[in-house]
Amino acid sequence: MSVGGINVLVDETRAIQDGKRAPLLSVRGVKTYYGNIIALKGVDLDVHEGEIVTLIGANGAGKSTLMMTIFGSPRAREGRITYAGQDITRVPTHHIARMSIAQSPEGRRIFPRMTVYENLQMGASVNGGTHFKEDLDRVCDLFPRLRERLYQRGGTMSGGEQQMLAIARALMSRPRLLMLDEPSLGLAPLIVKQIFSVVKELNERDGMTVFLVEQNAYHALKLAHRGYVMVTGTITMTGTGRELLENPQVQAAYLEGGRH
Amino acid sequence: MNAPHAMTAGTAAPATARYDWGAALKDASLAALVTLGLCIPIVLLRTDQGAGVDLLLRPRIGMVASFVAAVFAARLLHHVLLARRAGRPLVEQKAEVRTTPNAVPWAKMGLYAFMGVAMSFPLIVFLIQGGLSESRYWVDLGILVLTYVMLGWGLNIVVGLAGLLDLGYVAFYAVGAYSYALLSTTFGLSFWICLPLAGILAAFWGMLLGFPVLRLRGDYLAIVTLAFGEIIRLVLINWVDFSGGGAGISSIPRVTFFGVPFSADEGGFASLFGLTFSPMHRVIFLYYLILGLAFLTAFVTLRLRKLPVGRAWEALREDEIACRSLGINTTNTKLTAFATGAMFGGFAGSFFAVRQGFISPESFTFLESAVILAIVVLGGMGSQLGVAIAAIVMVAGPELLRNLGFLKAVFGESFDPNEFRFLIFGLGMVAMMIWRPRGLISEREPTAILKERRAISGSHVKEGHG
Ligand SMILES: Nc1ncnc2c1ncn2[C@@H]1O[C@H](COP(=O)(O)OP(=O)(O)OP(=O)(O)O)[C@@H](O)[C@H]1O
Ligand SMILES: [Mg+2]
Repeated sequence: MSVGGINVLVDETRAIQDGKRAPLLSVRGVKTYYGNIIALKGVDLDVHEGEIVTLIGANGAGKSTLMMTIFGSPRAREGRITYAGQDITRVPTHHIARMSIAQSPEGRRIFPRMTVYENLQMGASVNGGTHFKEDLDRVCDLFPRLRERLYQRGGTMSGGEQQMLAIARALMSRPRLLMLDEPSLGLAPLIVKQIFSVVKELNERDGMTVFLVEQNAYHALKLAHRGYVMVTGTITMTGTGRELLENPQVQAAYLEGGRH
Repeated sequence: MNAPHAMTAGTAAPATARYDWGAALKDASLAALVTLGLCIPIVLLRTDQGAGVDLLLRPRIGMVASFVAAVFAARLLHHVLLARRAGRPLVEQKAEVRTTPNAVPWAKMGLYAFMGVAMSFPLIVFLIQGGLSESRYWVDLGILVLTYVMLGWGLNIVVGLAGLLDLGYVAFYAVGAYSYALLSTTFGLSFWICLPLAGILAAFWGMLLGFPVLRLRGDYLAIVTLAFGEIIRLVLINWVDFSGGGAGISSIPRVTFFGVPFSADEGGFASLFGLTFSPMHRVIFLYYLILGLAFLTAFVTLRLRKLPVGRAWEALREDEIACRSLGINTTNTKLTAFATGAMFGGFAGSFFAVRQGFISPESFTFLESAVILAIVVLGGMGSQLGVAIAAIVMVAGPELLRNLGFLKAVFGESFDPNEFRFLIFGLGMVAMMIWRPRGLISEREPTAILKERRAISGSHVKEGHG
């Protein structure tokens, strides 16, 4: 991993060295239910400032549920979620969104009838439109495709463009912690590469903390400082990205054919 | 005829490449046959009063023939259009979409044009009819239409922008009307004081409705709002001490020119301005009053759309969960939508009361809600111009058809348009559903355009079908 100028070196050992410092996001014993069905069976997870943490797992493992639970919908029935030292377990979703956490949820959820520009305006709702132009320029530099299509309706964009828009919209609120749910879903390998390099850039250049949920385990683990593996509502494994990549169990379950 | 194009394009499905003209002809003949079948009992025979008391049956074969021919021709034309669309090479089609001008300035121009016509309408009518009292019918009709334009624009905030299907909008209309009626008859308050009060009261009731339905969407929301509208009406009927029950409230004070009454005596509007008294002064004043209120509604809506709250309404319509995770307080957003929409309903209601001088629960039935909703839906949800046009069509259309003389020229002297008023109206509605199922103006107008706008093709801005 390279050292980038004045930016602090962020490597695999960082998390361990920082063990004494409180993590930016901490999830402790969280249980989430859909009605009577339990989706998260007591999850523990930490994300430290400046890290990229990835969460991998099979379909239906509960990855998206964990991400949404951190955001307060659905609510954790048991356990504790703290962010920047504050207990956010019972805080309403829209308040959490104002604590400089942003997410690009599963399925993108952009506003299809609104233009790209308006979608980005919605992303900036949190900070009331101050420094909007500046942020607009910034995300358009990250995704030049968006600048070309500022007045196109969100719903008429291609899947990859919509994904870029979803990430850009999340970035408009200048988050400290960015949570992305399967940003590579359904995208061509080239676009996936592009999106992952943007994530890396955000992390290394701006020091943004990233929590990444991914199916594309190989790329995600390569990118991440640390990773978690989730199986049916519980975390079964954790370690640095490289450790998980080299783990035979992970290789057997998640990396079959994923190496390219 | 167009088949070769389609072949060269090489992308069109073989089924559409060659149009089946035999089938088209057969279809058109079938339609004509159905028309003939329908016309025989309905149109063919006409009973005329003979010389004495006896009735004469007069066959109208020519008319039946013209109906049948018209249907046949229309059906065939339809097929020609379909065939052309099917046969058009794909490349050409794309190019055509690109040249379609951006809908934005067009819709705005239309709205301005509507405003201009509405402003000068009494003058135009005056000039055409050649007198104040002669134009009374038209100005009255104008007032009626504008009332619905305003109600449509008000409901448009709730249904069109925020996407909350409200079937009980008439409740706020009623709240506004009764607010003015009761406040003015009980406390002698003037219209100009009651108007804002009615708006506030209606907004308050809008919030009251909003709270219990916050978690509901779509069908469920529609049912609850429908019930809410009925509850308000039933309370008004049954709480006789408060509202006068089914008998309603009469002798509601008339509108004044900011305190100056429209009366014939000294100190009235006419003598104050040195005019000869005419009851039309009041009517024209009412016309401009509702016009002002309607413009206020349109103006506030246009402004709000550009503000964060209006944007949040539209985003809420699209995706509630996404809204919440972007930090939007969806509870407040919904409540403000309900309250704002209700407030304009309340304004319109108190206008209704001051115009009629008499109100009763009869005027606030579900049918009213349905008509207002139909106006919003036909207009194309969220479009101001569309709603205005739909209000004209829905309210003035049936009235105007009553007076259409030129149809006589087409169908012969014996043709009475009155008989066909609803038939034509119904045909219009069916046509709407076929060709513009998303409403007259379904294109949503973006709220923000940067100055350094780049040249982008129409296809980018054109909305997908969904
Ligand atoms: N709204 C819901 N109601 C009921 N059950 C749900 C709901 N959402 C998710 N579930 C269930 O909870 C479990 C976890 O779902 P979740 O969406 O979190 O999985 P995931 O790990 O994100 O999977 P994928 O990789 O396919 O996106 C699944 O069994 C799913 O069926
Ligand atoms: Mg998921």
